[in-house]
Amino acid sequence: MNDQIRFTGTENYIATEDLMVAVNAAVTLERPLLIKGEPGTGKTVLAHEVAKALNKTIIEWHIKSTTKAQQGLYEYDAVSRLRDSQLGEKRVHDIANYIQRGKLWEAFAADEQVVLLIDEIDKADIEFPNDLLLELDRMEFFVYETQERVQAKQRPIVIITSNNEKELPDAFLRRCFFHYIRFPDTETMEQIVEVHHPKLKKNMLREALNAFFEIREVPGLKKKPSTSELLDWIKLLVVEDIPPEALKFKDKKDIIPPLYGALLKNEQDVHLFERLAFLAKREVNR
Amino acid sequence: MFSNFFFSLKKAEIPVSLKEYLTFLEAVKHGVAEYSLNDFYYLSRSSLVKDERHIDRFDQVFGHCFKGLELLDKVFGKKIPEEWLQSLAQLHLTPEEKKEIEALGGWEKLMETLKKRLEEQKKRHQGGNKWIGTAGRSPFGADGYNPEGVRIGQETGRQGRAVKVWDKREYKNLDDTVEIGIRNIKVALRKLRKFAREGAPEELDLTDTIRSTARNGGFLDLKLVPERHNAVNVLLFFDVGGSMDPYIKVTEELFSAARSEFKHLEYFYFHNCPYEAMWKDNRRRHVEKIPTWEVLHTYGSNYKCIFVGDASMSPYEITVAGGSVEHMNPEPGLVWIQRIKSHFDRCVWLNPTQEKYWKYTRSVEMVEELLDHNMFPLTVGGLDKAIQELRS
Repeated sequence: MNDQIRFTGTENYIATEDLMVAVNAAVTLERPLLIKGEPGTGKTVLAHEVAKALNKTIIEWHIKSTTKAQQGLYEYDAVSRLRDSQLGEKRVHDIANYIQRGKLWEAFAADEQVVLLIDEIDKADIEFPNDLLLELDRMEFFVYETQERVQAKQRPIVIITSNNEKELPDAFLRRCFFHYIRFPDTETMEQIVEVHHPKLKKNMLREALNAFFEIREVPGLKKKPSTSELLDWIKLLVVEDIPPEALKFKDKKDIIPPLYGALLKNEQDVHLFERLAFLAKREVNR
Repeated sequence: MFSNFFFSLKKAEIPVSLKEYLTFLEAVKHGVAEYSLNDFYYLSRSSLVKDERHIDRFDQVFGHCFKGLELLDKVFGKKIPEEWLQSLAQLHLTPEEKKEIEALGGWEKLMETLKKRLEEQKKRHQGGNKWIGTAGRSPFGADGYNPEGVRIGQETGRQGRAVKVWDKREYKNLDDTVEIGIRNIKVALRKLRKFAREGAPEELDLTDTIRSTARNGGFLDLKLVPERHNAVNVLLFFDVGGSMDPYIKVTEELFSAARSEFKHLEYFYFHNCPYEAMWKDNRRRHVEKIPTWEVLHTYGSNYKCIFVGDASMSPYEITVAGGSVEHMNPEPGLVWIQRIKSHFDRCVWLNPTQEKYWKYTRSVEMVEELLDHNMFPLTVGGLDKAIQELRS
């Protein structure tokens, strides 16, 4: 296989072996890559890092619940044309002046191959992925207003992320490579933290990770803290200069970690934690 | 090339299609996974599996189809073509035959013979007793039977190497064999939609704009209308606890699908049979009760009412005052079912138990009769029929 396009992670991003294979397969065969996984495991960041590693520009298309597939291709601004016709503008005669390019068109029109990120595709309407089938398959579409066929000069590397809020249709899945980012194990996590906070003291890192994985194990948490939250938390710990000993709660006296606000994101979870801490304290005092 | 693998996946009910298989072969051709079996595994997973729930099943099939490959690799440092080792058939031998094979000799001797055979052999081979290949009784190759064969998987642990990636089965807890997925439910529920325009005018009404512009003497007069929303109102009553426990998963799915599909969705819980009170938070069911009368007064008759429950209980819970298993009910359940039914225009009962077992439980029949036979199984087909009933 040709060697210039091979993704092996970057200095800021630790990619597991299976993720590399998936990315390389998608890049080589020029098919979209669908990335799923727990929130905060670096799905969106992946696209940026792939772009950086392969030295390509990135075009981002963030999907909202109101996003329509057509908006990714182009939009015809009928209202401003109507308005211009009232004012007698010259440009009204050419309909092309009122066609606004969408992200997909941008990616297709680029002279060099780009990375196109379609972020959180599951947020859109249930039919959204179906409406993009042909466009992503053949990398071309037709503009009815100007009777023009837009074809990709270079098939972009398409990376799609999903948070599993909606099931995606089979026809769409068939056209993609798929990768599920699993929650990293302690080893990978150490590497990830190392990359983001290179000067962290070894024992500090160990304690922080222990605390972090312990919190993830607590049953009944509404939202388990994820990688991105861990990184934020460590940043805070470093800034506040918390000693590693403060993170040890093996004695069960103080189960709530310092600066927990970075890890626990809703009050139910904090309450649950406080309750556990209370119970633990009672246990110790007995 | 890997068609046996492909069909094994199909057999394991992993939804692979020809298109995905071709993509996979193309990737193999392009050499995406050239030099390592792990890469080959990752590649096949990434191209053939599209849902993390199927990964565990995929791992098992992969392990089955390609077992032994890695080890042979290690022993000789020379690759045996994968085709040879594809398992095309499982061989079943009689005990006598098994004994015969055991008599072939020890490990050392096997290794020696294998080396010799590797040099001699030029073609792919299957079956038979001598050559390397699949499903034979030769000591070499995959999926055959030879107790001393080279196909030692992880069970011998002779090399003391780590467990293969696909044998770890890390995706096990993501697997669930759901007959009725969230998407299926959503698609069915969508049929219940009724669109209406409500709220702030944000969308351009083109027809009206053109009409008023013309009336305005050609000067632009923009007309806006509110966006279309699903205006259907749904009220869900869930049976929780006891006999409903096995169906929690499917009920949850129904709930989450319904929740994202309808804006006006209200839900209440009951146990076995609706009585004079219901609750919204199952943990606080004995503290925060809501009188059923209040529910009936709050939600208009235009709400579509859906019961979800297995309706399996003692007949007394339906017919007798004080028959409830949980509390002293002043009025029998059937009175409440009738009240709810007469209040709402449309009522259905979704039952997660299989339809064929309904007739064995007396209470199911009774509830079904109370609801004028508007009881449907909680399957895609049943849901479709229920929606038809709710729409009529």
